Amino acid sequence: MKRLAEARKQRDVSRLADAIPYARWMQIAPENGTGELLTRMRYHDSLIGNTFLPAIHGGTLGAMLEMAAIFHLLWETETETVPKIVNITVDYLRSARPLDVIASAKVTKQGRRMVNVFAEAWQDDRAKPVATAQAHFLVTADDEPPAL
Amino acid sequence: MTKSLTTPEERVALFQKLFSDTIPHNRALGLKVLAVARGLASMQLDWCEELVGNPETGVLAGGPLTAMLDGCCGMAVATMLKEPMPFATLDLRIDYAKPAEPGKAVIAEAECYRITRSVAFTRAFAHQGDSKDPVAAAAGTFMLGTKGKVTPAHQKGREILAQGRKL
Repeated sequence: MKRLAEARKQRDVSRLADAIPYARWMQIAPENGTGELLTRMRYHDSLIGNTFLPAIHGGTLGAMLEMAAIFHLLWETETETVPKIVNITVDYLRSARPLDVIASAKVTKQGRRMVNVFAEAWQDDRAKPVATAQAHFLVTADDEPPAL
Repeated sequence: MTKSLTTPEERVALFQKLFSDTIPHNRALGLKVLAVARGLASMQLDWCEELVGNPETGVLAGGPLTAMLDGCCGMAVATMLKEPMPFATLDLRIDYAKPAEPGKAVIAEAECYRITRSVAFTRAFAHQGDSKDPVAAAAGTFMLGTKGKVTPAHQKGREILAQGRKL
């Protein structure tokens, strides 16, 4: 959380991912070059789930949508704790080709304890999403340790 | 049909090759196939530093669990196909029941409980040794007959069904 405070103060969104080993390993990181917070998963060969098409593994799309939702909550809301994911439902719309995947997220409903987030992922054409997700997060500090 | 798969060990070894070793992301996660039978699949994900989501607690990120549950549900579908065909995940819901204990492996157990001409329905749980105390639950549906080639994974799943044997 200390790093989060520092990253917010310096308006350096890229530092959000540095502290998360899984985000580094997957090459998933937020960026806000266009003024909008987006999350990018850089293409690398170990993301492939189907070598015959070829296509990116569906699990990695779910993972990056989840990370996009978390980065959005950390950056765009005033949360003082790491949001704790309760559940996520991913809809797979198209097979994802061996290219970078970009995702945006928005808060559908902000409650006192629970937040509902919608996230959407695409590749070269934002109008053709490869996957979307709806997720719930607990944002209170007095619950169990975050599962992030 | 190629060589008959006579022992559970041989079947597990074959599915390890088809559903983990030859699928780059599953191989990168180090997924181990534990068991396979008609409509049933089980896999293991070992804890490792790179997969941690919260460095302060060492708890695994949700992503590796999502990928394992997707793969495990898909493997259960492959054992139920009446004829080999490509298929793809249509949707996947994950409920995170509690954080996975750091340092311990996570085991996924998936069941394909219904298959139609177009869609297969699956359920799965992930636990760390006690299946009555899950860390996550999943529900996945798969679209059958999607574009692409019939892979060896689709082909072999059917052979298990043809044998009609439970482990």
